[in-house]
Amino acid sequence: MGFLMNSSWSFPFTRTIYQGPLKVICSPGLNCYSCPAATTYCPMGSLQQLLGGLRFALENGQYYFGFSVLGSIGILGGLFGRMICGWACPFGFIQELLHKIPTRKFGIPRLLSHGKFVFLLLFVIVLPLVLVDESGLGNPWFCKFVCPAGTLEAGIPMLLLQPNLRNTIGLLFLNKFMIMLIFLTWAIFASRPFCRTACPLGAFYALFSRVRLIKLRLDEARCTNCKACHHVCPMGVKFNESPDDPECISCMACMNKACKFNAISLEIGGIPLAVPDKGISLSSKP
Amino acid sequence: MSPSSSSSRKKSSPRKAPMAVIAAFLLLWLVGVATGEPGRVLEQAVQVCLSCIGIG
Repeated sequence: MGFLMNSSWSFPFTRTIYQGPLKVICSPGLNCYSCPAATTYCPMGSLQQLLGGLRFALENGQYYFGFSVLGSIGILGGLFGRMICGWACPFGFIQELLHKIPTRKFGIPRLLSHGKFVFLLLFVIVLPLVLVDESGLGNPWFCKFVCPAGTLEAGIPMLLLQPNLRNTIGLLFLNKFMIMLIFLTWAIFASRPFCRTACPLGAFYALFSRVRLIKLRLDEARCTNCKACHHVCPMGVKFNESPDDPECISCMACMNKACKFNAISLEIGGIPLAVPDKGISLSSKP
Repeated sequence: MSPSSSSSRKKSSPRKAPMAVIAAFLLLWLVGVATGEPGRVLEQAVQVCLSCIGIG
């Protein structure tokens, strides 16, 4: 999925980003639209741009409140929720790869998971909307000051492709470069630190944890509370204790790798899909 | 009623909330499209956003 969103491979020749009509399509995952290979727009980037330019747009009779962007990610959230984080986000995939580097692994305190909601509310919505210059334009605060995905997928590639941009490197870039390094290094030692602590798109999709169409379900009659699901979850979810946890990215590790009692299944709109029979009946429940 | 029959009865009940949520956001998307917002999004997305990538 990440490759579909980044399928414009002519950039080594054009030395710039894809500028075709597909960029009117919303990327489900966090994927900077200034990435040379990106063929879709980043919902968080576009939302900040629209909100930052809202006053200016209204003065010109244009009602760009970001409804089409919110509608797009709302539909995706209603369908998949954070399953997108697990299966369609390029930056999530990069973190997964880094976490495979064999080192000692650490957890992430649950308290830090609230950070991403702060980033969504403050950096994506409030600050671009409220802090505007004399012409009424706000900044894309999350993209400009935080987003490590933008630095990795767009900042560094564009600096390599367009040497004239290198003269403009300043504190802003160094700040973002350091943030990127921190998250990438952290991803080696802890699972998906950016997704869990700072991703505003993940925070938005987390709001759909109870009402998304496709999700994992727990069959309490089959669950033995053996806690095997706790040990395999890349997001630190205790699935048997909170099956609708906002952190669940439906990666299905608990279902496929941990649960021996067929207690976890995938459901679509309340209808469970067939559970692979692991040859263990209810009578084997301790 | 045994636990298994209870859980199988639960399995057969479709959830309506997701459809309502999707319908609401579809409506929101249509409102955005009606105001011409995708054109503005496209205008922005085809330009290199220097501030987005930490350069501008």
